[in-house]
Amino acid sequence: MTSSEAGRWASTGRRRGPAGGSATGYAFVSLYAVLLVAFGVLPALYAVRLAFTDGDGAFAGFTNFSTVLSDFRFGSAVTHVALYLAIWLVALVVLVSFLALVVHAVQVRWLSRVLRLVFYLPGALAGASSVLLWLFVLDPTASPVSGLLHLLGFTSFVQVITPANLPPVFAVIAFWAGAGGWIVVMYGALNGISNEIVEAARIDGASAVQIALRIQLPLLRKWIAYMGVLSLAAGTQLFVEPQLLSQASNAVVPNDYSLNQLAYQYAFQQNDFNGAAAISLLLLVVSLALSAVFVTRGGLFETEV
Amino acid sequence: MGAQRHPAGRDVGRGLVGLVTLLFVLFFVIPLVWLLLATSKSAHGLISGQPFLPGSFGDLTANWDQLFGFQDGAVVTWVRNSVVYVVAALAVTLVVSVPAGYALALTRFRLRRLLLVVTLVVMLVPNTALVLPIFLELNTVGLVGSAWSVILPMSFFPFGVYLTYIYFSTSVPRDLLAAARVDGCGEVQVFTRVALPLATPVVALVAFFSFVQNWNNFFLPFVMLPSSDGYPIQVGLTSLLASTPAFNPSSAGTQSVQLPTLALATVISVLPVLVVFLFSQRFLVTGMTAGGTKE
Repeated sequence: MTSSEAGRWASTGRRRGPAGGSATGYAFVSLYAVLLVAFGVLPALYAVRLAFTDGDGAFAGFTNFSTVLSDFRFGSAVTHVALYLAIWLVALVVLVSFLALVVHAVQVRWLSRVLRLVFYLPGALAGASSVLLWLFVLDPTASPVSGLLHLLGFTSFVQVITPANLPPVFAVIAFWAGAGGWIVVMYGALNGISNEIVEAARIDGASAVQIALRIQLPLLRKWIAYMGVLSLAAGTQLFVEPQLLSQASNAVVPNDYSLNQLAYQYAFQQNDFNGAAAISLLLLVVSLALSAVFVTRGGLFETEV
Repeated sequence: MGAQRHPAGRDVGRGLVGLVTLLFVLFFVIPLVWLLLATSKSAHGLISGQPFLPGSFGDLTANWDQLFGFQDGAVVTWVRNSVVYVVAALAVTLVVSVPAGYALALTRFRLRRLLLVVTLVVMLVPNTALVLPIFLELNTVGLVGSAWSVILPMSFFPFGVYLTYIYFSTSVPRDLLAAARVDGCGEVQVFTRVALPLATPVVALVAFFSFVQNWNNFFLPFVMLPSSDGYPIQVGLTSLLASTPAFNPSSAGTQSVQLPTLALATVISVLPVLVVFLFSQRFLVTGMTAGGTKE
C-alpha cells in the first residue's frame, strides 16, 4: 500500500464518518489477528530464520540451501513434481473446459444436473481416502477394471506403479477427486454468458464447436487462469499420494518422491530442521509468488466501498 | 445453415462427444460404486467374484467386526478424534472469523488494509505449505503431540474471514446498522442483534468449508501427532493400510486387515463429508467462485 492510498482511505473514512468506531474494529479482529500471526506470519518468519542458520543457531548464509540443492534426491523430487504437474494441469484445463461445455450444452435439465453431481461427488474423497480407493482400482488382482489393466499389460500392482507410471497415476487420482468442483464452477460461469451473444453467433451460422472455441472459451479465460494458478500452487505440495503409495508398495515408491516428502525426511529422519526449513521455504516462495500474481492481477478486493 | 450442409458430419461429431462424455461418467462413477459394493464382500469374493454385484449382509457384518476389532477398537478412537478436532476447530473458526470479517467490512481502523492483504495472500497459499513451518514453531513451545497442535492451526481459516468480509461488504446495508445505533444499541449489540442474524448464510458456508477441509486434512495431523491414540481417521487409515497383507506382505499376522475391511474403513472415513456434499453442491460453487466474481 502506498502512502497516497493510505491518505485516500483516511480521508474517505473521515468524510463518511466511521461506520463503527476503530476501537470496535480492533476488538473484533483481535482474536483473528492473533491466529494470523501465530499460524500464518510467525511460522513463515521462523522458517526463514531456520533456513539461514545452522543447528546451533549461528548464521549460515546459504549453506542449508546449497546442501539441499546438491542433495541428489532434490533434483529427482523436482522432476517428479514437475512431470506430475505438467500432466495434471494440461488434463485439468483441457478436460474441465470440455466437460463443462458439454454439461452446459445438454438441454435436458435433469441429465445436466445428474452429470454435474456425478463429476462433483468424488471431491468428497480427498486426501488419504481417495488414494486408498485408487490403490484398489490400480491393483490388477482386486480392481473393478482389471480387464483394462491386463489389456494395458499390467498383471501385478508393482508393475502399475513403476517410476515412469507414477506422474500419470498421481495426475489421475488428483483429477478424479478435484475436477468435478471446477466443472461445476465453469458451468456456472458459462451460465453467466449472455444468451444474446450465443444466439447472434448461431444466427450468423456458427456451429456449436465454433461457438465454444470463439466465444465461450475466451470468456472463460479468467476462470481457467484462476483454476490453473490455484492448482499449480496446490500441486507443488504433493505429499499424501506418494506417501501412502510408498507405504503400500513396500517402498517400491521411494519415501522421498516429492519435495514435501523430502522436507519431511530432513526433519524427521535426519533431524535436520534447518534443511527442512530451507525446502519448505523454497516451496512457500513458489506459493507466495503465485498467490501474489493472483492478488495483484485478479482484483479480488473490488468490493471495496 | 451448417446443419443442413453437413448433417452427417455433425451427427458423427455429436456421437463422439457423447461417447467421450460417457467414458468420463464411467471414470468418475465406477470407483465410487465399486468401493461401496466392496464393503459387502469377502476377501475371496472381492478378487474372484463379479465386481459389480453386491456381496452378502453376512460378509458386511464380518468386515465390520474385523474393522472395529482392529487394535481393540482403534477405529472408534480415530473417528472420535476426528470429530473432536473438527468440531473444536469449527467452533473456534466461527467465533474468530465472523467478527473479524464484520470488522474488516464495516469498521475503519488503521491496520485494516494491511490485514486484508495478508489475509488474501495467506488464503491463496495452499495450507500444506505452512505445515512444516508450523511444526517447527510449535516444537519450540512444546505443543507438538497435543490436540491443540492440530486444532489451533485448523482454526486459522483466512478463507472464512474473506467470505464473511465479502458478505458483510455487499449484503448488509450500513444504514441498518446506523439505525440500530440511533436506537441505542452498543457496538457489540449492533453485531450480535442486527448483523449476525443477517449473516446466517455465510456462517453456514464458512462452517461447511471448515468442516470439509479439516475432516480431510492429512498432512497436518500426520506431522503433529506421533501416537496412534491421537490420530484422526484419515491418518488412522495409514495404520490399516500398513496392516493389509495385499499391499504390505510383511504385515501378515494376527492383526492383518483384509481388502474389503480396508474398503469399509475408506467408506467410513469419508461418510460425513459425502453426506454433506450431497446436499451442498451450491455451497461449494459459491465458495470457489467467491474469489473472482467481480467482473
